[in-house]
Amino acid sequence: MKFGVLRFPGTCDEVDALLAARRVGDAELLWHGERDLRGADAIVVPGGFSYGDYLRAGAIARFSPVMESVIAFAREGGLVLGICNGFQVLCEARLLPGALLPNANLRFTFRQVALEVAEGETAFTNACEDARLSIPAKHSWGRYYADEQTLATMRANAQVVLCYAPGENFNGSVQDIAGVRNERGNVFGLMPHPEHAVDELTGSADGLCIFASMRLAVEGAHLGTGAHV
Amino acid sequence: MSSAMLPSVRDALALGLTEGEYELICEKQGRAPNQVELAMYSLLWSEHCAYKHSKKLLGTLPTEGEYVVMGPGENAGAVDLGDGLVCAFKVESHNHPSAVEPFQGAATGVGGILRDIFAIGARPIAVLDSLRFGEPEIGLPYPFNGVEEDKGRSGRGSDRKTTQQSTDGENSEKLAEKRSNLAANRSRYLLDRAVAGIGHYGNSIGVPTIGGEVYFEAPYEQNCLVNAMALGIGERDKLIRSAAAGIDNVVVLFGASTGRDGIGGASVLASAELGSEDDDKRPTVQVGDPFEEKKLMECSLELLERRLIVSLQDLGAAGLTSSASEMASKGEVGIDIDVAKVPLREADMEPFEIMVSESQERMLCVVEPSNVKQVLALCEKWEVGGAAIGTVTDSGHMRVFDGGELVGEMPVRALVDDCPLYDLEPAKPTSTPYLAPKAPRPPKEEPREILLALLASPNIASRRPLFEQYDSVVQSRTVRRPEQADAAVLAIRPLDGSEREAIPGIAVSIDCNGRRVAADPYTGTIAAALECASNLACVGAQPLGTTNNLNFGNPEKPHIAWQLTESVRGLGDACRALQAPIVGGNVSLYNEGASAGPIYPTPVVGMVGKLGDVRRAGRSGFARAGDTIAIVGPFSPSLPASELAKLGGEQLPDGLPPIDVDAVLTAQAAVREGVGNGALASAHDIAEGGLAIALAECCLGGGLGAQVDLPVNIERLFGECSGTFVVSGDEASLRKLGERTGVELIGTVEGEALILGEIDISLAELRQAHGALAELFA
Repeated sequence: MKFGVLRFPGTCDEVDALLAARRVGDAELLWHGERDLRGADAIVVPGGFSYGDYLRAGAIARFSPVMESVIAFAREGGLVLGICNGFQVLCEARLLPGALLPNANLRFTFRQVALEVAEGETAFTNACEDARLSIPAKHSWGRYYADEQTLATMRANAQVVLCYAPGENFNGSVQDIAGVRNERGNVFGLMPHPEHAVDELTGSADGLCIFASMRLAVEGAHLGTGAHV
Repeated sequence: MSSAMLPSVRDALALGLTEGEYELICEKQGRAPNQVELAMYSLLWSEHCAYKHSKKLLGTLPTEGEYVVMGPGENAGAVDLGDGLVCAFKVESHNHPSAVEPFQGAATGVGGILRDIFAIGARPIAVLDSLRFGEPEIGLPYPFNGVEEDKGRSGRGSDRKTTQQSTDGENSEKLAEKRSNLAANRSRYLLDRAVAGIGHYGNSIGVPTIGGEVYFEAPYEQNCLVNAMALGIGERDKLIRSAAAGIDNVVVLFGASTGRDGIGGASVLASAELGSEDDDKRPTVQVGDPFEEKKLMECSLELLERRLIVSLQDLGAAGLTSSASEMASKGEVGIDIDVAKVPLREADMEPFEIMVSESQERMLCVVEPSNVKQVLALCEKWEVGGAAIGTVTDSGHMRVFDGGELVGEMPVRALVDDCPLYDLEPAKPTSTPYLAPKAPRPPKEEPREILLALLASPNIASRRPLFEQYDSVVQSRTVRRPEQADAAVLAIRPLDGSEREAIPGIAVSIDCNGRRVAADPYTGTIAAALECASNLACVGAQPLGTTNNLNFGNPEKPHIAWQLTESVRGLGDACRALQAPIVGGNVSLYNEGASAGPIYPTPVVGMVGKLGDVRRAGRSGFARAGDTIAIVGPFSPSLPASELAKLGGEQLPDGLPPIDVDAVLTAQAAVREGVGNGALASAHDIAEGGLAIALAECCLGGGLGAQVDLPVNIERLFGECSGTFVVSGDEASLRKLGERTGVELIGTVEGEALILGEIDISLAELRQAHGALAELFA
């Protein structure tokens, strides 16, 4: 099982994502200017400020050569995880519904947040034993938004995977949404950073189950049992 | 070289040089300098670059020791971490730019200190900041029981009319209040924008901001302080120095293009007092671009990793002028630079403008001719500009060309080393130059009310609203974040789950209580250094080295010279005692507002220490119900110059009680070992607000109450002193600790309230008071 972790100019959390992914499998960095995904079984679009977040967060990265391959990979059913800036990139690329708006407080905010797993049977949460995860979030543009019709469809398709626990929605996301997947279930984006919650020493290990879930899904698929992928 | 239009002595004065310095320049040159040369001299001979009022004093500081790998003089200092690794660190000020334009001033302060770290080949792993502003005049978070809040004086708007008396003094009172509100609003604005600027830069570049400190005092109202400290980790054998070497080697400028921003910043802004016309100086403040710096950092580190460059230097104050001259000076060589080859962001820049521009995010390196192509290719990979702009020569001269034309030539030694140094003329003032602090509230006799008022006061209230704007966890090594412990703790290597044995870590703290330094520059500075070491002890770390930023007023004034002299003497004594030598730092003088007088003398101390295993890193909050609570160390609190004295509007005392440094060192060692061997479940040093506030902070940090049996004595509860701690652990361990140092068992961790003699305050009420700064960012 190999994760490919994208690296754009301005990406900040790629090494953290790499180290987190390596706790459950192999992982390597993929340079934004290259189209070769180097045989990765799953892709992580990490956090940071790709291209300085100029124009709009994720708006430029979405057009990079590597993203052409990631979009094709996703269309073929490959697992793609977008964290923070990566979530923004996946929304810009239309791989995920909705958009991320500036936080309600209009500030960059760092907070260890409690999340509730709304869907435990997904390719990204099937290894999460607890229904409540403590994971840090840190962003200025993290207010999830989608129109009501889209939200209704998402709810009907069980696409809302993670929600901020009551009182934890500091950015003003609609319906407390913290992470969503696409209709097919193979692309997932979230604003909090599971790669920063993989070791009790740094505060929490609750995020590791996201990566472990992906491994489970990929290996299940290889064994022909991965119904979700 | 054309000698037409030579600048006059008047131009030299306008650039901040003295008449005597101008004459010396003529003598060194053997003729009058032209425009390019005068511009370059004026910057390199400025206080900011030449340390002409502080160099002699700095020479008295201890700079050598067992762990020192790189001392002062390089872009940053470095200490040995073992295992082939070093920690590079340094603190630097960006005070005057921040006073003029706080967002960019603070942001580029962070950018500059980060470049200093990667310029020696270390990857930046952390930022801390040390901030000072005027009083924000926050209101009480809620009305205290039985105490009528004096809203008229607290500066909170809506209820003011109802409390104001119609007296003869009404007009002057109104005027004073209006002025005070304006000042408070400006202080809040500076705080808000400086914090945003620090976050903007640090967050965007992927370096965690893991700690810092902020104080609010009236003397900083017209001259705020923004000091930024950065740490990096590098491999000892891959460190690089800035000395240019190798005749005919190529000088490559890479990073952002060069524009007209920040021209003359070092001389005009950093080396003169601020005045009311400072908005005019806004063009001298640089504008930062963290995205550009992120690419520049990755590019620089990859250049070093691939060993493609001979030496490296960042461009900071005085731009190309200082970086090229200092590289030449350290390498005892000459450098030729062709300004026509410098990539520009605007056309028609004059040669002198190119040489002195302080455009951000630029680096200069020396490259062997055969590697130039690879260096430029790597710049292209990281999408940063790169251009060969000069060569190393054996001339001993800095020569500036504009295409084929020589437009400036100066002996390197004259430029860099021959600036005259000035003797200070220190004299202790007969009376303090500072006004008594304005009492925000009438002092209350009730200990319960005092405790809550102190907990809610700007210098003590929780810093969460500030540090919540910073990413403190990127890079996967932050083991103690802000408010979890007295010092930040980082694993030396990013945690990857493979660790089996002890995980070595570093701890870092930055501190300075300027009010105590103002009361006693010598003892106050010792207290600042000891406090850093106490903070390190609380997480179990042993000091390795120190950096400092001396923020003072105008050193040409005898009482400021006295503050500076006494403070440096204290710093030297403290660092010698702690065996934590100074490995680098910065001096920021002329910190005086137009009408407000000097700032409190503020020798900010940053200290880095090492601990054997981050799994044993200490916490400040109480950890287990049932633990015993003790005071450790030479506990001898006194009220003068304390936060409580400030709350009551008391004038500064003349002098602080002397500190028994040996007793403090013994207490620190005992706490450090107690934390390291697990005997102590928590450790927190007693600082601003004294014992009662330390206890409240321990309760809040752990979410646990405490029952403490002490007679209520205002001086013992709220007085301040150095080198004492509130610790918790099992009783037997604490008694054992008492064999080494003063230990007084005072209570038990229990319940959901702090019960301190007759004082009884619930955690919820403590938390509410402690959250007082939230309104500043609402």
